[in-house]
This record gives sequence, C-alpha cells and structure tokens, in this order.
Amino acid sequence: MADGKYETVIGLEVHAQLATRSKMFCGCPTGFGAPPNSQTCPICQGMPGVLPVVNRTAVEYAVRTALAFGLRVNPACRFARKHYYYPDMPKNYQISQYEEPLAEEGALDVEGPDGLRRIGIQRLHLEEDVGKLVHEGDFGTAQSSLVDYNRSGMPLMETVSRPDLRSPEDAAAYLRAFRAVLVALGVCDGNMEEGSLRCDANVSLRPRGATELGVKVEIKNLNSFRNVQRALEFEVKRQSAALDKGERIVQETRLYDADRGATRSMRSKEYAHDYRYFPEPDLVPLKLDRAWIEQQRAAIPELPRARRERFVVQYGLPPSDASLLAQSRALADYCDRAVRVYAQNPKGIVNWITSEVLREVDAADEVAVTNFQIPPENLAGLVKLIDDGTISGKIAKDVFARMLTSGEDAATIVKREGLTQMADPGALGSLVDQAIAGNPKAVADFKAGKTAAAKALVGQVMKASGGKANPAMVDRLVQEKLSRS
Amino acid sequence: MISRQDVEHVARLSRLALNDAELERMREQLSGILAYIDKLRALDTAGVEPTSHAVPLVNVMRDDANRPCLSQDEALANAPDRSGEFFRVPRIIED
Repeated sequence: MADGKYETVIGLEVHAQLATRSKMFCGCPTGFGAPPNSQTCPICQGMPGVLPVVNRTAVEYAVRTALAFGLRVNPACRFARKHYYYPDMPKNYQISQYEEPLAEEGALDVEGPDGLRRIGIQRLHLEEDVGKLVHEGDFGTAQSSLVDYNRSGMPLMETVSRPDLRSPEDAAAYLRAFRAVLVALGVCDGNMEEGSLRCDANVSLRPRGATELGVKVEIKNLNSFRNVQRALEFEVKRQSAALDKGERIVQETRLYDADRGATRSMRSKEYAHDYRYFPEPDLVPLKLDRAWIEQQRAAIPELPRARRERFVVQYGLPPSDASLLAQSRALADYCDRAVRVYAQNPKGIVNWITSEVLREVDAADEVAVTNFQIPPENLAGLVKLIDDGTISGKIAKDVFARMLTSGEDAATIVKREGLTQMADPGALGSLVDQAIAGNPKAVADFKAGKTAAAKALVGQVMKASGGKANPAMVDRLVQEKLSRS
Repeated sequence: MISRQDVEHVARLSRLALNDAELERMREQLSGILAYIDKLRALDTAGVEPTSHAVPLVNVMRDDANRPCLSQDEALANAPDRSGEFFRVPRIIED
C-alpha cells in the first residue's frame, strides 16, 4: 500500500459457473431466471437413493481451462463429499473435489501498472453449486428464510490463486484477465451480475520485507470487479489500522456489505471448517488419458493475450487499444470480422470501434456487442468510404448515426441521401470564389499575415457545401486562390 | 479409547443431541470401530494403491443433455413448510 509500512498479500478463489446445458450431476437445465424450484429433480434435491452422474462437457470445459492456464491435469482425480448443515444444501454435503483435484500448478499473466506479472494458480477443481436463500419480508423482522433449489447442482469450477497479488487493483486486474480467458474459451458466460462468476478473497498484511505471511482474513460475497477492489481496499485499511494500534488480526471469515462499503465478521462460520471430507462413494474416479487431454487442447481458441499480441503486430494497434479489444471476446471478434472485409486500414476500423461503437455499447457486455445494430462488415464499409474519399469523416458520423437506426449499410445511405463528398475542383472552386468575394476582411487578414484567416474561409466553403466538400481539397484551393488574388 | 470430547464434537457436527448414557455408548462403539481399523493397519500395504471404490470402473460420464425436471408442486411436495414457490426454513441471517 501507499504508506509503505506493510505489504498486502492477496489470493483469490474464483467460482465460475460452467456454460453447460445441464447441471453437474443431473439433466436439469441451467438457465438463469426460471421460476423458483422449477428446475430440480430428485438428484439435485438430494433425495436418498439417487445416483449422480458426471457431466462430460463440464469435465471438458474444466480441462480446457486448466490447459489455458498451464495447469497440470492430474492423470486421476476424485470427487469428495464436503459436509456441513445449511438449508441451501439439501443433501447436507456438497460434492466437490478435495485431495485429488482435476488440475494443479499453473499461472495467469496479468497486466499491471508495472507491466506483466505472473500470478500462480494453485489448483482447479469441479464441484456443484448450492441453492439460493432469500429472506422473507423485512431483513430485521423476518421470521423465516426461503430457498430456491434451481441453482443446486449447477456445475462450478473453482480455481485458487497463489497469494501472489499485492494490491486491490492487482486483484481486480487478475479477475478481469481471468474472466477474459474463460469467456474466450466459451466455458463461462462471465456474467457477474447473474452470479456466473463469484469471488472470495484471502487477504493479509505483513511488515514490508518480511517473508512469513500474516494472519489471513477471508472475504466472501464479492460479486463485481468494483466490489472486489472496494472490499479489499476497506480490509487493507482496517487491518493496517489494527496493526498500527498493536492489535492482532483474528483469522476469520468476513462478509462484504456493498451498501455500507465495509466488511463485517461472520461469526456463524467460525466453527464451520470441520468438513469431514471423504471420497464420494457414488462417483468413480476420473482417469483422463493423454490423447483425450490433447483433444481438449486442440479445442482451445486464440486466448486474449495471444490475440492482443496479434492485434499489435498484424493491425499495428497501440498496446492499449489492443488490450481493450482483446479483453472482450465479442469485441475482438467484431474487430477481426470487420478487418476481414476491409484489410487496408485496421487502425481506422479500430478507431471507429473504440470511439463510436463503444459509445453505444458497454465493452464488458458480450451479448450487447454481439448483437450490436451495426454488423462489423457494415462498419468496415463505412471506413472504406472515408478512405476512398467518397465521404468526409464528418459526414461519416451522420451516416453512422443513420446506420444505427436503420440497419442499412453505409453505401446505401450515402447514395440515397446524396452524401457523396464533393471533390470536383470546378464546383468546389466556384464555392471558394464565392467565399473569397463575400469575406473581404478575411482576405485582408490573410494578406496581413494572419494565416488562420484561411481557416475561416475553409469553414465557409464547408458550410456552403452542406459538409460534403472534401476538406483537404477545399483547404488546398483556398490557399491557392488566396495567394493568387 | 477416544475421548468424550471427541464424541461430543462429532455429535455436534452431525447435529445429534446425545444424553450422557448415549455419549458413553457411542464412545465405546466408536472406540471399537477404531480398534478394528488398528487391526487392519497391521497388514503390510506397502505397494498397494489406496482405493476409494471396490468396483473396477473409471470415467462414468453422461452427455450434456437435458432431462425432464420435477414440476414446482412435485418439487415442493416434501417441503416441511412452503411459501408460494419457495421452501420455507427457519430464519437464516448471516451475522
């Protein structure tokens, strides 16, 4: 932190809901927003005597993710029962993985203020989600809680980072990069608002220079990039104030309250850590052979970092633009599709994406980018019309606005509306003559050495042409005629 | 013999309320089970891979396809208490 006295040490546990059609161990659908308790069956309700069966696609997605992060996929892994009593879990145990997870030891490269940093990932495992609790009536006076088991049994992939993160910003950057990889892989929709990506953080402080880790506090309920950063900032402040006063940090679980911007202790979880794990007798081990794992590797598409590098090299983009595009699979796809149609000016296309397109849609909203009213091919067409001199950049903005509402391509709009740029020297020349004749003061100023006066004349001509005159040509004609007159 | 505290701890984790006589009986029975495990421990298992299952099966997986769910009413039929579309349980507040 800024005061330099303590070093912040953070590790993140991320739970990602896998984008499968059916749940982890049964055939119930996984759609978000269905009526409560309408997507359950005896298996995800934890009825006695039922038999869970592993969803093959969930395993494939987890293996692809493991490979993308360079994790070692274990030749054999097992499921385990994690026991605790809570009404969100009807079986009184959660099927998870414990001693033999699916994969171990990898890393994610995260871009920070000091360049690229490698953040270790300790393990990746599969488990099932639990139901959702809501409070009946007013929080203060509620007599009961309500349970919706639609989420029970949803496939979750948990990844645990090494305590390699050194600041709240670092943690948020890790989560962004992590999400971008998952979305690029197509294994998770990355929608934090709907809970497809959730995060717990372990945070501790230690005197700068110390090698021993301080006492860690776990923070739960971090469901947006903003909350991750704010909760950690609060917690770092709280812990450093306590250490300054000579207090000891208590190892505990704290809950982030976004409304108050503060974390508070969850006493209820203090005794909850005796989970009595044992191998799940209903599920036999997974032994993934090398050839099958290699098949999964072959299914991995271009990942954000590689894509960013390609954008820099192939399209000549500045690294900041390349990073912005590569963070979003939909945006990067949009860019690639536009450039495929018009490869002469990738930079021009990207400028239109980063300025105009992203004014209309949120870069983080993959669905909105994918469904953007102007298809990438049409944006490419617009840039081409500018480049070949058919329309000016100014007119192009009007055309863009019309494309947004009508869905037509640029050439159709330009043709129908007569927006083609005037580049005929004869016609432009007479407009320039009129402007010179009508503005003797500007001409006199120019002759007196005020070169800026020419700009006023160019403006007059542009206005007279209804914005359609080719600005470069008008500029040249004005200069010529002024120096001759 | 395992201690009375151990039995109380395990009982609490399992949400079992045991009286003194039951605690003592459980202590004896659990101790007997552990003694039997000790007997197994006497076997030479060097070179034997630990196993969690007696069946020689691995990789039992299914296709990612949807199957019919229970209807809402069926799903809620065994609920001890119900409120509209939800299971109702005693108030759970994280504090």
